[in-house]
Amino acid sequence: MKEFKGRVVTPGEVTAEAVVTKQGFNTLASFQMALQFGDKDVKCGDQSNTEIYGKPLINKALCLPQTIGSTTGGLVLYCACSMQKNPACMLFAGHIDSLAAAGAVLADVWVDGVTMPVVDCLGDEFLEYVKDGMTVTVKEDGTVVVE
Amino acid sequence: MYLNEEQKAILNGEKGETLAKVMKTLVMYGDAFEAEKLVPITSKYNHLVTSFGLKVMSPVYDLMQQLLDAGVASEQKFSVDPRPIDKNVPANVLQNLVFNKFMYTKQDFYEGQLKKLGLMDENAFTCTCYMDEVGNNPGKGDVLSWAESSAVVYANSVLGARCNRNSGIIDIMGSIVGYVPYFGLLTDEGRKATWVVKIETTKKPEAQLLGSAIGMKVMEDVPYVVGLDKWIGNELTDSACAYLKDFGAATASNGAVGLYHIANLTPEAVEQGEALISEGAREYVIDDAELERVKNNYPVIWKKTDAKPKLCFVGCPHLSLEQLKDWTVKLEESLAKNGKKKVVMPTVFTASPAVLKAFEKTEYAARLKATGVITSYICPLMYMNNPLCKKMPVITSSNKLRTYTSARYYTDAEILETVTGGKK
Repeated sequence: MKEFKGRVVTPGEVTAEAVVTKQGFNTLASFQMALQFGDKDVKCGDQSNTEIYGKPLINKALCLPQTIGSTTGGLVLYCACSMQKNPACMLFAGHIDSLAAAGAVLADVWVDGVTMPVVDCLGDEFLEYVKDGMTVTVKEDGTVVVE
Repeated sequence: MYLNEEQKAILNGEKGETLAKVMKTLVMYGDAFEAEKLVPITSKYNHLVTSFGLKVMSPVYDLMQQLLDAGVASEQKFSVDPRPIDKNVPANVLQNLVFNKFMYTKQDFYEGQLKKLGLMDENAFTCTCYMDEVGNNPGKGDVLSWAESSAVVYANSVLGARCNRNSGIIDIMGSIVGYVPYFGLLTDEGRKATWVVKIETTKKPEAQLLGSAIGMKVMEDVPYVVGLDKWIGNELTDSACAYLKDFGAATASNGAVGLYHIANLTPEAVEQGEALISEGAREYVIDDAELERVKNNYPVIWKKTDAKPKLCFVGCPHLSLEQLKDWTVKLEESLAKNGKKKVVMPTVFTASPAVLKAFEKTEYAARLKATGVITSYICPLMYMNNPLCKKMPVITSSNKLRTYTSARYYTDAEILETVTGGKK
C-alpha cells in the first residue's frame, strides 16, 4: 500500500479499480465510439494507446499523465459524466491539462448527481507505482491510497 | 482569482443564475491553472469546436438550450467546425441510413441553436476558419476563446494570437461573458519554448509526419523548431502557411501542442529569436531515420492489413485554395504518367464552403472534377467514426484522421501514386 498526496481539482471520495496509461489519454479517441454506440463497459477506443485500448473505463480509477488530442475532449468528458458513463475518478501524475480541466469543471458545475473526483500533481512516482487492477481510494483532501 | 466588480456581480447571480454558472465555470477552469485574473477577449470572432450533430451528444444540446432559454447569447459571432455529412461523399445505403437516421439526427437542431447563439453566417462551418475566404482571422496579440485544436495551434503559432487549448463549451462560455482566464498560452512565460527541435533531414519533411513526431515527443509543451525554414522558407507564403496548418494539426492531435515557434518564420520567433527558449529546454533531433521510425510505428488496424484501399480522404484540416490548385496539377501529371484519365478509387478532397466557392471560380475546378476527385465541406473524421466505416480500408494523408479513426496514413506522394493508379 502506498499513499500519495495531490491537488484537488474537483472534490469527492471514491474507491475503484485502477486503469493505467503512461502515455497521453486521448479523450475523444477513447470515448467516442463507446458513447456513440452504447458500449455499456465504455471500452477505450483509442487504437494508438496500446496500454488501455479495449479496456473498460466506466467506474474505473483512470490514472494518467495528461489528456491529449481534440479540443472536444472536455465536451466529451462532460457528456460521459452526464450519461453516467464516466470513470470513477481521474488521477493525474502531473498538472492537469486544459481539456481535462474543462471536462471536470463542466461536469462539476452543470451535471447534477454525478461526482467524479479529479486530483492532479500526484507525481511521477504515482504512475510508476499504480498498476492495472490495483484498488485506488481517493479522499476529499486529495490523498490517494493505492493497494 | 481577482475579479472586477462586473465579474463579481455576474458570479453572484446579479445577471441571472445561468450566467452565474457560466462565470463559475470559467473561474473554476482558471483556478485549475492558478489564473490570477480574467482578461477581455479581443478578437472579432470566436471559433467553436462542434458536437457534429451527434445524437449521443444530447447533454451538449441540453446545455446550449439552457443558455438560450436564459436569454444568454454570445457577445461575439463565431464560426464552427465542419458539418458531418454531405450527399456528394460516397456512402452505401447502410452507411447513409446510419448517418441520417442514427448518428447525426441532431445536426439541424444544433445548427438552429448555433444561429440563435451567434453563428457568423450559415456556411461558417470549417476547421480552417482562419482562411482569408472564411474571414475569421485574428490579429497578432488578439486574445481568443477558441477551441478546435488545429485552429488554436495555427492562431497561436502562425497568426501570433493568444489562446489556450480550450475545450468545446468553454469556448462559447468565454464569448458569453467576454472574458477568458489568464494563464498558459495567454502569458509571455507560457509562450516560451521548453523544447528545441532540430530538423536534420536530407529532404523537406512531410508536414503531417513531422508534426506527429513532435507532438508525440513534446506532448503539450512549446517547441522551438530550428532548421525547418531551410525547407519551407522564411516568409509566410500561402505554401508555407498550408504546410504549417498541416504540421500544426498533427502536433495538436498526436500530442497536445497549442503553440510552436519556427525559427526565422513564425512571428514571435522572427521578433524574439532564441530569447523564446526557456533555460533548460530539452532537445529533440529529427532526421530521416526518426521520421521513418515514427511512420513505421503507426498501427494498421485494418482487418486485412494488405487490403486494397477503397476510399481516400485528403483535407483534414480542410485544404486551402492553393492546396486545391496544387493537387489539381499534381493529379493531372500523375494520371498522365500512369496512363489514366481518372482517379482509380473514390477520392474526396475537403475544404471549407468559402474556399470551395472561391475554387469554383477558378479554372482549376473543372480540371479537378475531370480527374474524378470529389470535393466536399464535411469533416472526414465524422464520416469515419462509426463501425461501418471502421471496417473500410480508407487511406489519408492526414495524421489527425489517422489518429482518431481506422484510416491508414500515406504520405502525399504515396496518396498521389495510389489514387492515380501508379501503386498497386
